[in-house]
Amino acid sequence: MQTILTNSAYLQAVADLASVLLEKHPGLHNTVLVGVQQGGVVLGWDLVREIKKQAGVAELELGLLDITFYRDDFRTSVLAPDRMNIPFSIEDKSVILIDDVLFTGRTIKAALDVLLDYGRPERVELLVLADRKEHRQFPIQADFVGLSLTTSKNQKLKLIRTEGGELNLILRDS
Amino acid sequence: MQLSTRHLLGIKELLPADISLILSTAEQFKEVLQRPVKKVPSLRDVTIVNLFYENSTRTRFSFELAQKRLSADTLNFAASSSSAAKGETLLDTVNNILSMKVDMVVMRHSSSGAPHFLSKHIPAAIINAGDGINEHPTQALLDAYSIVEKFGTLKGRKVAIIGDILHSRVAQSNIHLLNKMGAEVVVCGPPTLIPKHIQAAWNVTVSYDLRETLNWCEVANVLRIQLERQNQVLFSSLREYRLHYGINRALLDGLSKPITVMHPGPINRGVELDSDVADSHQSIILQQVENGVAVRMAVLYLLSNRNNA
Repeated sequence: MQTILTNSAYLQAVADLASVLLEKHPGLHNTVLVGVQQGGVVLGWDLVREIKKQAGVAELELGLLDITFYRDDFRTSVLAPDRMNIPFSIEDKSVILIDDVLFTGRTIKAALDVLLDYGRPERVELLVLADRKEHRQFPIQADFVGLSLTTSKNQKLKLIRTEGGELNLILRDS
Repeated sequence: MQLSTRHLLGIKELLPADISLILSTAEQFKEVLQRPVKKVPSLRDVTIVNLFYENSTRTRFSFELAQKRLSADTLNFAASSSSAAKGETLLDTVNNILSMKVDMVVMRHSSSGAPHFLSKHIPAAIINAGDGINEHPTQALLDAYSIVEKFGTLKGRKVAIIGDILHSRVAQSNIHLLNKMGAEVVVCGPPTLIPKHIQAAWNVTVSYDLRETLNWCEVANVLRIQLERQNQVLFSSLREYRLHYGINRALLDGLSKPITVMHPGPINRGVELDSDVADSHQSIILQQVENGVAVRMAVLYLLSNRNNA
C-alpha cells in the first residue's frame, strides 16, 4: 500500500484543478458540474467548495451521476445503485464531468451514456484527480488532470477517507 | 449487495435485508422515471415472459412498462387466448416458452403455489405476480415503498388492513412484509372475511370495529371486496358491507387525526371506498400505481443476474 497523495497534497491538487478550471471557464458561465459516484462525488464537493472560495460565488450546485444501470459488466454481477440527482438542466450547457481516477475509460463511457439521457449538452469536458494513462481501453481522455501516474494493471487506485475524516489517494496491490 | 433468493415467490421467503435492498433500488428507479429519457439499458439482453393465467390490468401493464423501461425484450401470454385453452399443462407451456431462450418468468395464476411449483422445475427466475389467495409480493413491496415515501420509515408505523382479508393475497403479503420490517398491523373487517386463527398464526391484531381501527392507524390499506372469489355468502349485501365497513368522508372527518388511505385497485367505488375519499388529498392510490413501476423495475433488475443460475 502506497499513499500517492496525503490529505494536504490532495487539497492542493483540488485547489490547482479549481484554478485551471476557472481560467478556462471564467465564473463557470453556462457551465455545470457533475460528479460520478462515488469517488467523483467526493472530489466534486471539495471542488465546489474550492471554486466558491476562489471565484467568490455563494451558490454552486453539483450533479450526482451513478452509472450502475449502464454498466457493461452487468452480466458478471448485479450491483445496488448509488444516488443519482441532476437538479439542473444540462441542455446546451458545458458539462464538467468529475471523477477521482481515470483508468480504462469504461466508467466515463457509461457516464456519457447516462448524461445524454438527461439532455443534449453543448460540450462535455472531463476532470480527474488522477490519470492512469497507459491502461485505457476506450478512446477517452481527460481535459483537466490533477496528476498522471504509472501503475500496473492489477493495482487499485482509490480516494480513501481515513478514520479522522481526511482524504488520501491510495495505491494498492490487489 | 445481492438478494438472498433467485426468485420472488412471496414476501414470506424474503429477509428484511432483501426488502430494504429492493426498496432502496426502487428509489433510484423512481428517479429514472422522472428523467427526459425514462429508460436505462440494464436488461437489454434479457428476455422476459409475462404469463397471466388470470385477468389483470394494472399489474400486467406495470410489469410490462417496468420491463420496457429496463430495455428488456418481453413476451405476453394470456391464458384465454393460448394453447392452455386446448389443455396444455402449465409445465409444458413454460418449458416450450423457455426453449425459445427466455430468462425470466412473471406469472399470475389462480392456484396458490403455482409459481413455487414452477420454480422447482425450470431454470429461469420466477416472479410471482399473484397466486390464488397466497401472495402478491410486488404489491406489498410497492405499498411499503409508498408508506416509506410518505412517512420515512416502516418501523413502528401503525397500519390497518381493512376488508376482505380471507381471500386477499395482498393482505397476506402485506402482513408478512410489515411484520418483518417492524410495523404494527391491525386487520379489520366482518368476522366472516377474517381467517379464524390469524391473530395466533401471524403477528396481527383483529378488530371488527372500523371507526376504532381508523382512529388507531396512520395508514389504512383498504382492500377490494373480491366477489369473484366468494363461492358462499359471507355478508348479506354490498349495501350492508358499505354500511359497516365502507369508508366515507364523514367517517374520515370525524377521526382524531388525518390518516393516509391506500387501495391496491381496482376500487369498488361506493362499496369499500367512497369517491370523496378515493380522490381526496388523503389518498395515495395513484402514487401507489406510479411507485409500482419503480418497484417492479427494482425486482426485475435485482433478479436478472443469470450467473446465479
